[in-house]
Amino acid sequence: MTSTPPPDVAPPRPAVPETADGTRGPAAAAEQTKISVRNLNFYYGEQQALHDNSLDVPAGSVTAIIGPSGCGKSTHIRVYNRIFELYRDQRATGEVWLDGENVLAPGVDVIELRRRVGMIFQKPTPFPLTVYENLAYGLRLHYRVKGSELDDRVEQALRAAALWDEVKDKLHRSGSALSGGQQQRLCIARAIAVEPEVLLMDEPTSAIDPVATSRIEELVVQLKERYTIVIVTHNMQQAARLSDFTGFFFQGRIIEFGTTTELFTNPKQKQTEDYITGRFG
Amino acid sequence: MTRRAHGRAPLLAEGLFRTAALTCAAFVLLVMAGLFVVLLYRSRLSIHRFGWGFLWSTAWDPVRDNFGAASSIFGTIISTLIAMLIAVPLSFIIALFLVEVAHPRIARPVSYGIELLAAIPSIIYGMWGLFVLAPLMATYVQPEMQKVVGKLPLFSGPPMGIGVLTAGLVLALMVLPFITAVVRDVFALVPAVMKEAGYGLGATTWEVTRKVTVGYGMKGIVGGVFLGLGRAIGETMAVTFVIGNDHRIAASLFASGNSIASTLANEFTEASEPVYLSALVELGLILFVVTLVIQVLAQLWLARLARQAGTIA
Amino acid sequence: MTRRPAWPRKAMDAAVKVVSALAAALGLGFLAWILFVVLRHGAAALNWTFLTSLPSAPGSSGGGLGNAIVGTALMTLLACALGVPVGLLAGVYLAEYGRGTRFATTVRFLANVMMGIPSIIIGLFVYAILVLPTGHFSGWAGGVALALLVLPVVARTTEDMLAMVPNALRESALALGSPHWRATVQILFRACRAGLLTGVLLAVARVSGETAPLLFTALNSPYWPRSLDGPTANLTVTIFNYAMSPYPAWQQAAWGASFIIAIGVLALTVVTRTLARERK
Repeated sequence: MTSTPPPDVAPPRPAVPETADGTRGPAAAAEQTKISVRNLNFYYGEQQALHDNSLDVPAGSVTAIIGPSGCGKSTHIRVYNRIFELYRDQRATGEVWLDGENVLAPGVDVIELRRRVGMIFQKPTPFPLTVYENLAYGLRLHYRVKGSELDDRVEQALRAAALWDEVKDKLHRSGSALSGGQQQRLCIARAIAVEPEVLLMDEPTSAIDPVATSRIEELVVQLKERYTIVIVTHNMQQAARLSDFTGFFFQGRIIEFGTTTELFTNPKQKQTEDYITGRFG
Repeated sequence: MTRRAHGRAPLLAEGLFRTAALTCAAFVLLVMAGLFVVLLYRSRLSIHRFGWGFLWSTAWDPVRDNFGAASSIFGTIISTLIAMLIAVPLSFIIALFLVEVAHPRIARPVSYGIELLAAIPSIIYGMWGLFVLAPLMATYVQPEMQKVVGKLPLFSGPPMGIGVLTAGLVLALMVLPFITAVVRDVFALVPAVMKEAGYGLGATTWEVTRKVTVGYGMKGIVGGVFLGLGRAIGETMAVTFVIGNDHRIAASLFASGNSIASTLANEFTEASEPVYLSALVELGLILFVVTLVIQVLAQLWLARLARQAGTIA
Repeated sequence: MTRRPAWPRKAMDAAVKVVSALAAALGLGFLAWILFVVLRHGAAALNWTFLTSLPSAPGSSGGGLGNAIVGTALMTLLACALGVPVGLLAGVYLAEYGRGTRFATTVRFLANVMMGIPSIIIGLFVYAILVLPTGHFSGWAGGVALALLVLPVVARTTEDMLAMVPNALRESALALGSPHWRATVQILFRACRAGLLTGVLLAVARVSGETAPLLFTALNSPYWPRSLDGPTANLTVTIFNYAMSPYPAWQQAAWGASFIIAIGVLALTVVTRTLARERK
């Protein structure tokens, strides 16, 4: 596995378009690119769902992906960890560079890829195990860890997910006995326990009540210190609240990508403006 | 267009049809109750004479009219146990292949082929077991087993081919498609997003199956095992062909034995004495009650699962 | 926290996948093996005489199983004639009239249980209620025993098929002023007739290969079945008797009968299921 992209491929570009005088855009001055997507096309069988997607996800930030339902938001991030490959009729072409390594290249270790790129789903997905075992499962997959060290790791992850105080007395009860919001934070804890670099969140609050949603939003803001987060959301307020960068998708194409402030206050494309002002979608 | 005068005829027809439907439904109840009552009534001679001791008496002596169910019960349990020990893991791993490993284009015909195993009549398994499998067991498999494990009592005695072990093997093959079908459906019903969550953590197919899929489907798998168990216990013809039909209880799996069903199949038409006949019917009663209990448990279990799945979805 | 190398996990995963493929191949291998054996031995026994004449005397070759073929066909027909209407009506009750009642729930439950009762027990039951009182074995008793196996299968399929008919269809028929029974027979049955037929044919396929319920009811006979009043020849019990006999000629005939039964049952199953799949 090579860690540098071959020279004939576009090197990771700056996260945001360069300004006229050659300096980077203001908000991104210190950003490094974590994920570079280049010419990504995606097909469900014969049907093309993504067209020529290219974008750069800056490291250590929250990037929101917004757009009307069915526009390919989820499809797009499901390429980053190659989870789409579970379905035989789904196919992606193009490149997704993660720290200079094309994750779509043949020979990439998907197991290691998925450790580095965690995923949170629309509905909470507690495994049919206890709270403790839900976390230990992922830890044991990737690490030699047992006994008190395992206990510590579980506790750390639960603390990081702001769940420890609520579940410390229920560690050995079933994960599915928790409330919906707690289940989702359990899944976040499970994902960060294996020490990923990127967290993909596919509409993580769409199945959860408003109070639990705000707790998860707080958590996302805390987590960006340590992880690069890409969050798909159909809720524009959420995108505006949480994210540093936003991409607007429409019919499988990236219409606009930029800092969240810029995109929401001064959209360059008519379609973006129509969408964020609620004229369609 | 003139209107059709309805009168009372349609009401009458509706009433008749409804009553007929109700009667037919009630008939199912009647048969099930009748089965128990009739078998109980016809085994009264034997029940009076041998009491509860019938269950653990090893006697089977038509000349002196002394009967006990122990050897038949023993053979039924051992052959079923062997069958389940083989069929359950094999079904599990085949279901894994069908749902998680194979390309659908391969999985579909393979699945169909496994299901066809269930369509082969019991008597055909008997013919194959007696004329093909048993000689192979006698010539190759059993002598090899004796060489490998030495002279354990479990594998002692002349390798005759027919016997409890062979019966268990044939039974395993017969219940395999039933258990496989249930486990396959259970695997397929695990929500895709749960599997994705497992893969998303970087787990392999086997790791996802072991913890996520099995955890989700355990109860369904248990239901499937119960259904297979019910089939194996009452299976008659294939067992009768290969078990050897001997009323002795032997320690060796190579020895001949019998099961409740095989005893009935072999001896029922020969039984001339009322007590002999009654003892055979009592064997039938035992088999009926045991399969009834297994079936009732399995159905209740599966119905509860279906309800739970319904409330989640 | 030390990392765990991924290769043992991947090796385990690959090993499980290989083993699973082997297990599936093993299952199919047994199917092929059994079919091959039946075809090879059976084809050797089959000829025109075998299909049309009476059995030979013990030990001598020649002769056939024409009587057993006729007997099996007659008793299977009788089983359908008795079991299918009763099963259909019971299914109608479960799906249409009794929906949600405790009685229907009980009947449905018992029908499921009844499908799992060993067929030899059904044979024993019919022996007790038909053979003992009349004092002789008979084809009627054999047909009744098979009918009792058909009944729960048809009842449950009928109910399932009726339950899948969209409620709007049922309601629009009733809204026209149709009596419920006419809506059921003329509209609902028609809407799910493919499914009903599939259920009936699969039940027929199953009982036509049954042996155990016939052992103490129809018994067997070396003669042509003139009526169903006495012991009636049939293929499956013939296989049992002949296979257990010491005569090679009879064992050969048992293979011939196995061929007819196995191919008949499998062909019926495959054709029915293929048709059912195409209609979907």
